[in-house]
Amino acid sequence: MRQRPNYLAGLGSLIWLALIGLPLYVLLTATLRTTSNYSTQGPLSFPSQLTLSNYFNAFSNGFGQDFLNTLIVTVSVVGIVLVVVPPLAYAIVRAQGRTITVVFRFFLLGLAVPAQAVIVPMFYVISQAGLYDHLIGVILPTAAFSLPVCTLVLTGSMRDITPELYEAMAMDGASPRRVFRQLVLPLSKSGLSSIVVFSALQAWNGFLFPLILTQSDSTKVITLGLYNFQTEHGVDVPGLLSAVVLSMLPIFIVYLFARRALVQGLMGVGGK
Amino acid sequence: MSPLSLAAVSGRRLKARRAGVGVTRPGFAWAVPATVFFLLFAILPLVLVAVLSFTSWDGITSPHFNGLANWTKLIHDPVMTQSIWLTLVLTVLGVVTQTPISILLGVWAAGPQRNRAVLSAIFFVPLLLSATAVSVLWRALLDPNFGVPGQLPWLFGNGNLLGNQPGSIAVLTFVGMWQFTPLHTLLYQGGARAVPQVLYQAAAIDGAGTVRQFFHVTLPQLRNTMITSMILMVVGGLTTFDTVLILTQGGPGTDTTVSAYYMYVQGFKDFDFGAGSAIALVLVVVATLISLAVVRLSGYDKMRSTAEGI
Repeated sequence: MRQRPNYLAGLGSLIWLALIGLPLYVLLTATLRTTSNYSTQGPLSFPSQLTLSNYFNAFSNGFGQDFLNTLIVTVSVVGIVLVVVPPLAYAIVRAQGRTITVVFRFFLLGLAVPAQAVIVPMFYVISQAGLYDHLIGVILPTAAFSLPVCTLVLTGSMRDITPELYEAMAMDGASPRRVFRQLVLPLSKSGLSSIVVFSALQAWNGFLFPLILTQSDSTKVITLGLYNFQTEHGVDVPGLLSAVVLSMLPIFIVYLFARRALVQGLMGVGGK
Repeated sequence: MSPLSLAAVSGRRLKARRAGVGVTRPGFAWAVPATVFFLLFAILPLVLVAVLSFTSWDGITSPHFNGLANWTKLIHDPVMTQSIWLTLVLTVLGVVTQTPISILLGVWAAGPQRNRAVLSAIFFVPLLLSATAVSVLWRALLDPNFGVPGQLPWLFGNGNLLGNQPGSIAVLTFVGMWQFTPLHTLLYQGGARAVPQVLYQAAAIDGAGTVRQFFHVTLPQLRNTMITSMILMVVGGLTTFDTVLILTQGGPGTDTTVSAYYMYVQGFKDFDFGAGSAIALVLVVVATLISLAVVRLSGYDKMRSTAEGI
């Protein structure tokens, strides 16, 4: 750790706190006031009377169904990631030969391929597969595009397992499958929770794939609900912002419990 | 590692060799499910984008080959030229505004201050919000009639920031900064934690103060993190889409129609998916070149975990 506090950056961080904090303050207080109170007193004032009606209205606007759809997408994406990424990461860390190096580089390359760039062919592939306007058509590409980061995070965590442990297991005559189940999985718990939180965050907040791959109300996810709400009831700012708060509430609860895992995962991506 | 060098390093390994037990390793088969899945839903579309860029396709009937027609159309399209210029401007503005702040915040957050944990937790919140939520929030905040500008006329002038091009670009840059600086701060925090303390002690013995330590020890040590972070910013900047769609709809007029948004308009609004694919291909090629640079310059493929001690 540094010997002395860094006052320059400390001052900057206070300014930054205002930049981050003020919008969040407006966000929260706006949702607790009536639309007329918000427009007469302005967003920066403190609400004179509090109400929860905005939240109830959000649900009567069909947010319940959006929630359920988003939950289905998120759970499925996390499920796919948990099934395919750990074996892949295990192979990358432990398998020998050039092929696996090539595969790893190929996933790393995928890190910088933006989802935006493939929306037209994705629309083609998903339509051809008959999955347009089905949640599964959103789940598959979302999961595929979270693979690179999850792979990177998990291999980082699996690399921390010392070779001696593998050798000890090998001396016991353990098969790769047993090494994976009894050594690799238990010891990469932090990496595993990172990828769960990370892929869940991606899936929950996903907007682009639902936007181009679904159209009906029955397959609408929360982010699309927000987008539509803005287009249709843009003037009802407290109502709109309540929908924003509701959309992040589950993520926020997960964050309270899994902050370490998420931060660790993200820091691992940027570390050297 | 060859079995021979393995045997040379440790006694236990030597024992393993003597006992005739090789170190158990998984085969390539373990990587197959993820690889096949990734090929089908990420790489196949990437290949298809190139194919579709040489076709005419309305999204309903099947695509048919039309040679270079999309490309010649785009070269002569003033909105396309303008969109590339805008994309570059926004990307550069993003890197220039986000880098210094995230370095300062990241280095500060890596230090031992008592309150940093609480502040870092607050700084983190924008990362939890979806791009949609961020854009919707800022659109509401900046609304000329019901938003913050009406309350702070001395800061915002006539208040309609999104009504002209410089204002819209400033807003898009600011919102990008608000949304992504926390991510880059985290990256730099990780990088700053990995700087060996010995270097600071040596610098302190040589009489270097905090500021000199920052410029002569911290910054050079953060070089790799800087490369990673800037490349992520560039790729993010090139593909700015959600914020434009929700905050400005590419307007006023086509004043904020960046390439990724123009691709969406060509495809999903004007039903000219061939032209949309051509724009996408340009984005893919640029992004791939940058990602190759990531692997080369930052040593990602030799990456070790640096996340201890959070």
